[in-house]
Amino acid sequence: MFHWLEKNPFFFAVGVFVVIAFAGLIEILPNFAEASRPVVGLKPYTVLELAGKNIYKKDHCIACHSQLIRPFKAETDRYGQYSLSGEYAYDRPFLWGSKRTGPDLHRVGNYRTTDWHENHMWDPKSVVPQSIMPAYKHQFTNIADIETAYAEAVTVKNIFGTPYGDEFQPTKEAWEAYRPTVLAEAKAIADDMKNKDVKEAVANGQIPEIVAMIAYLNRLK
Amino acid sequence: MQSNAALEYDYSVAKLFTYTTILFGFLGMLIGTLIAAQLAFPELNYLMGEYGTFSRLRPLHTNIVVYGFTVSGVFATFYYSAQRVLKVSMAESKFLMFVGKLQFVLYVILALAMVVSLLMGFSSSKEYAEMEWPLDVLTVLVWVLWGVAMFGLIGIRREKSLYISLWYFIACFLGVAMLYLFNNMEVPTYLASGGLGNIMHSVSMYAGTNDALVQWWWGHNAVAFVFTVPIIAMIYYFLPKESGQAIYSYKLSLLSFWGLMFVYLWAGSHHLLWSTVPDWMQSMGSIFSVVLILPSWGSAINMLLTMKGEWNQLTENPLIKFMVLASTFYMLSTLEGPIQAIKSVNAIAHFTDWIPGHVHDGVLGWVAFMIMASLFHMAPRMYKREIYSKKLMEAQFWLQITAVVLYFTSMWIAGITQGMMWRAVDEYGNLMYSFIDTVAVLNPYYTIRALAGVLYLTGFLMFAYNMYKTMTISRKLEVEPQFRSPMA
Repeated sequence: MFHWLEKNPFFFAVGVFVVIAFAGLIEILPNFAEASRPVVGLKPYTVLELAGKNIYKKDHCIACHSQLIRPFKAETDRYGQYSLSGEYAYDRPFLWGSKRTGPDLHRVGNYRTTDWHENHMWDPKSVVPQSIMPAYKHQFTNIADIETAYAEAVTVKNIFGTPYGDEFQPTKEAWEAYRPTVLAEAKAIADDMKNKDVKEAVANGQIPEIVAMIAYLNRLK
Repeated sequence: MQSNAALEYDYSVAKLFTYTTILFGFLGMLIGTLIAAQLAFPELNYLMGEYGTFSRLRPLHTNIVVYGFTVSGVFATFYYSAQRVLKVSMAESKFLMFVGKLQFVLYVILALAMVVSLLMGFSSSKEYAEMEWPLDVLTVLVWVLWGVAMFGLIGIRREKSLYISLWYFIACFLGVAMLYLFNNMEVPTYLASGGLGNIMHSVSMYAGTNDALVQWWWGHNAVAFVFTVPIIAMIYYFLPKESGQAIYSYKLSLLSFWGLMFVYLWAGSHHLLWSTVPDWMQSMGSIFSVVLILPSWGSAINMLLTMKGEWNQLTENPLIKFMVLASTFYMLSTLEGPIQAIKSVNAIAHFTDWIPGHVHDGVLGWVAFMIMASLFHMAPRMYKREIYSKKLMEAQFWLQITAVVLYFTSMWIAGITQGMMWRAVDEYGNLMYSFIDTVAVLNPYYTIRALAGVLYLTGFLMFAYNMYKTMTISRKLEVEPQFRSPMA
């Protein structure tokens, strides 16, 4: 049979494909309905948090930080309750990471504050003297892309049924109407911060990346 | 063409991809060395503002090494060897020649777009699939063109039986196509929201645990179908060609090929041990990872036994040294991987530096060694000149071996140290170390690893220089060498 296959490339290719596709069918498909159910009480990310999540992706925090607490005592002592599948139901993509050069962040919102993050992102060594994490000062000046975050909320609402309200519509007008809600959320965070430029930007209707980032990190609980 | 006339093979496409292999190899390893150094000396994060942080550069390193260096190497060796094992020249079909060159042009555009967009921070944050959706579309196009060239060449072949290397190239084509498509299913938010926001942005079709499953089904098998399968294709072609020895066992190649195809895909969930993925999948991943030793070692042993009775070549020909060492490192990393996939070992190893350590035994010791050896073998045939310097090649070999050994030993120690410190408790059951203690302790190992990077990169520069001289000023050859590559 193998000799025959080697002379018939089409059937050879079909054979290879069947053999490699087999595992995926059995391992991946059965889980889809089960795993995508949210835990009770899970709310979708706010637009500001989504913007923060996108900055988390942009600066690729996943390179050093995980968001997955494994069910070991050493991990639950360090980071809190181990992670549950339903907690990730609105995570597109998942951000578990594969390397902990820095600590896990899945419940960082439980034990760090806006103030701590502000100091830490500006200069990690100011709060953790031996830290090897770089400073992310550019997040204090770059303006976050809130419109894209809104577009993402609309997309997941319409396509995947993520429970966002009726005010999320795929139009410019809906976005303009929603904008003040995001600004108010940003202002609440900026009020807890001390960086003057950040406060000023928010007062002028601009949201620096760091504000969205902190909103996202505070949400991780 | 008369059947008894020697075929004139056309290497123009193979040559083009050879240049990008060298270019991206250098670039990928340079960035790799820089980010390794950043962990030991954090001040190095500030060389290029927001574009120079470890986090921004890490996906650039992995993507350039995977899609720039390795994939270029795969294309180069394919366009070289496929003609020869099929006994047909690219020059015989204007169409295939066009497809090959178009594929190269699109590939270069894609690679440049990848570098720029990742630097700018457009990333899906799915590992080794970071490229955003417009680039994914271009990737699919490049890949389809490769398929057209591959099956086109097969279609006009003179040699009816497909040689083993081609089995692996076909598997690489199909496997990556399937995995890449499914893992990169994403919805562009701009298109789905009536034109709001950034056009580059997208959301994954899968959420949370499902996304993790699909991602590591891809992530692990990208290792299979980019870092393993086409590299085995290379060694099956180039080792017999360089040594003049026939493959030891046809049956062993059959067993290893079909075994690898069947088993590899199951093992993806070993990246998700102790996560929220159902337990039975984790166990399947673990078990199949261990079973995977069989087909992996099957190929490697087949390679080593091919040299049976001819081990003297190891002392005489540095290229044989590269290839034998590559298969030895293949054995090492395919033993190490299953060990890490055992659940109790994984509890310590996961999230630590042992994982990058493991990856690098594979990519530095196996993938890069085999690609460099293949290009060295191809150079005298493609450029009709002897290899510029044997001495330089020998020096490169020993330098890079030292680098690989320093790399994996330091990362083994770093990983196990950190894994043990994370879980260490005192007599009352309290955690003994704060997280930062487990970072500070790694500094010496990070320094050693950065040094290993510098050594390996230097070796790669020696390779690039040797290749450049071979292409340009080395002594011309009258006839094509049959087996052993001539070198000065």
